[in-house]
Amino acid sequence: MIPLFLGFAALLVATSLLVILHKNPVTSALFLVLAFCSLAGIYLLLHAEFLGMVQIVVYAGAIMVLFLFVIMYLNLQHDVETGVQIAVRRGIGWLAGAAVLLTGATLFGVPAGGGSGWALGPANAVDPAAGAGNVRAIGRELYSRYLFPFELTSVLLLVAMVGVIVIARGGARRGGARRGGPPPAAGPADPPEDR
Amino acid sequence: MAELWSNPAVQTLTWALVKVLIILHAMLGAVSYLIYAERKICGHIQARTGPNRVGPFGLLQPVADVVKLLFKEEFIPAKANKVVFHIAPILAVFPAIVTFSVIPMGPPPTFVVTDINVGLLLFLAMSSLGVYALTLGGWASNNKYALLGGLRSSAQMISYELAMGLSTIPVLLQAGTMSLVGLVERQAGWYPVGDTGLWLPNWGIFHWFLVLPFVIFLITAFAETNRAPFDLPEAEGELVAGFHTEYSSMKWALFFLGEYMNMLVISAIAITLFLGGWHGPGLFLGTDGWWSPGPPWMGLVWFLAKLAAFMFFFIWVRWTFPRLRYDQLMAFGWKVLLPASIVNVLIAGVWIYLRGPRP
Amino acid sequence: MIPLSWLLALSAVVFTIGVVGVLVRRNALVIFMSVELMLNAANLTFVAFANHMKSLDGQIFVFFVMTVAAAEVAIGLAIIVHLFRLRETVFVDEIHLLKG
Repeated sequence: MIPLFLGFAALLVATSLLVILHKNPVTSALFLVLAFCSLAGIYLLLHAEFLGMVQIVVYAGAIMVLFLFVIMYLNLQHDVETGVQIAVRRGIGWLAGAAVLLTGATLFGVPAGGGSGWALGPANAVDPAAGAGNVRAIGRELYSRYLFPFELTSVLLLVAMVGVIVIARGGARRGGARRGGPPPAAGPADPPEDR
Repeated sequence: MAELWSNPAVQTLTWALVKVLIILHAMLGAVSYLIYAERKICGHIQARTGPNRVGPFGLLQPVADVVKLLFKEEFIPAKANKVVFHIAPILAVFPAIVTFSVIPMGPPPTFVVTDINVGLLLFLAMSSLGVYALTLGGWASNNKYALLGGLRSSAQMISYELAMGLSTIPVLLQAGTMSLVGLVERQAGWYPVGDTGLWLPNWGIFHWFLVLPFVIFLITAFAETNRAPFDLPEAEGELVAGFHTEYSSMKWALFFLGEYMNMLVISAIAITLFLGGWHGPGLFLGTDGWWSPGPPWMGLVWFLAKLAAFMFFFIWVRWTFPRLRYDQLMAFGWKVLLPASIVNVLIAGVWIYLRGPRP
Repeated sequence: MIPLSWLLALSAVVFTIGVVGVLVRRNALVIFMSVELMLNAANLTFVAFANHMKSLDGQIFVFFVMTVAAAEVAIGLAIIVHLFRLRETVFVDEIHLLKG
């Protein structure tokens, strides 16, 4: 269990570093897919099987495909990052990151779970590792105690879908420009519309 | 050595590895002969014999094909991204093989490699990962037609994935478990239909609210594996060869292999969900009449028979129907199949609620 | 049983890597990917606590975070595509038309 966890954790950290260090956005996206898959492995080790699989389906299988689509559609090449300004900005970025890490380290310096000063709220006493019922338990919680947020997220997804279509089509409607398609042919009768 | 073997974890692991090796080799053999079967069946559908020169009835044709492919020269386009170019064919094969590790091919525990309680989600996860092979293969070739083919193909796959996932939900509602072994076990036995005195096997398709999901699953299976009539992205003659234009020799063979393995896997899942998995009449070997289940190995025989029937169906449809145009394809997926699956979930949910729990 | 502090440390490291990515890179898409890294680090914290406290609340939260992240990625990418159509670039340094 522990060696598996260490392996997945090392893979996660390595691929995350490569995401931000690589110059080619497609390679960054592919490393991010690998990072998500190793995170799914860690979820499986933590008895969150449903979340592990959903992580692969949603993050690695849908979100990253969308990223790759956009990168290929925009035909992005290697990022060119030279110049003193950028080097200065990069240095400040790494320093800020180190500061965040140090803050986290001092907070975690106090052992969690024993006199840590955090107030962990009341927990729902449903053991995620209890038997072969992870999906069943999540479903039970999701549809009873968390029904309202669940319905809200469906409205959120609907809003997101409508928003994406409006944003992605917005510019082409104005000005009466033809949306793609070939110019009208001067040939004989058009083939019948097949609907 | 003896004390190592007495650890049950080591035992399970070793048996799992043995089963994995058997499945891997069986799949590779099956796929080579599937290609032969396709050419033979295609030939007979087109009123000619297929390959019949190499070996009796052309049975050694796959061997000749493999040897030829191994000796072909490998081209890598000049400005292609070499690493991704090499990885894409591997990604085509890997999800299909992983899914086979959770499919029950016979009564557990001998005929399943492993049973996880989210087996169906694993299948959906792996089919989501299968999109990458096409996208990356098309992009890495540094070729317009390949890129277009790859993007079209992945757009088609992710559109039909939705309808496929939703069409499996009525099955889950009926069975109450996501584990594939559990799903097959829930399809054992017979159930009486109302008051008519008719007894139907408990398989998926013999429940009326699962017939339409089965049809939708079948149609999306064709779209997911890029098989005709949904194979415009790799259409020979329309887009050169789509996303695998620039691939030669073993890399192309791997894409081809991946396509057939995907066919095998999706058929296996369809059989597990809708057609009763490894259940079948025991014929002369049953203890209680010809319909009672026979010895465990008959489960494997029935599973393979159903798989073969599905493969024949896939090949039959390919050489019978014309190809769908890309916009027709996308419109069909989004405007017809997706609403149909959602309505299905509604109908199945209402019916199961009204019917009450079934033991 | 994986110690909780290890999981929290891993989550902190991944979150920091995401922060550095947002600050250092110029490509809007890579910045977006780093934001996704940060979200996933938070998800890992939730799942770690769900496992430690034997409670299912953490996993439900992760479910909602994934949904929101998916919606956010869709809209963010639509905005980036639209921006690319107008400005011909995805480098955030060069999109400074509102600068005084």
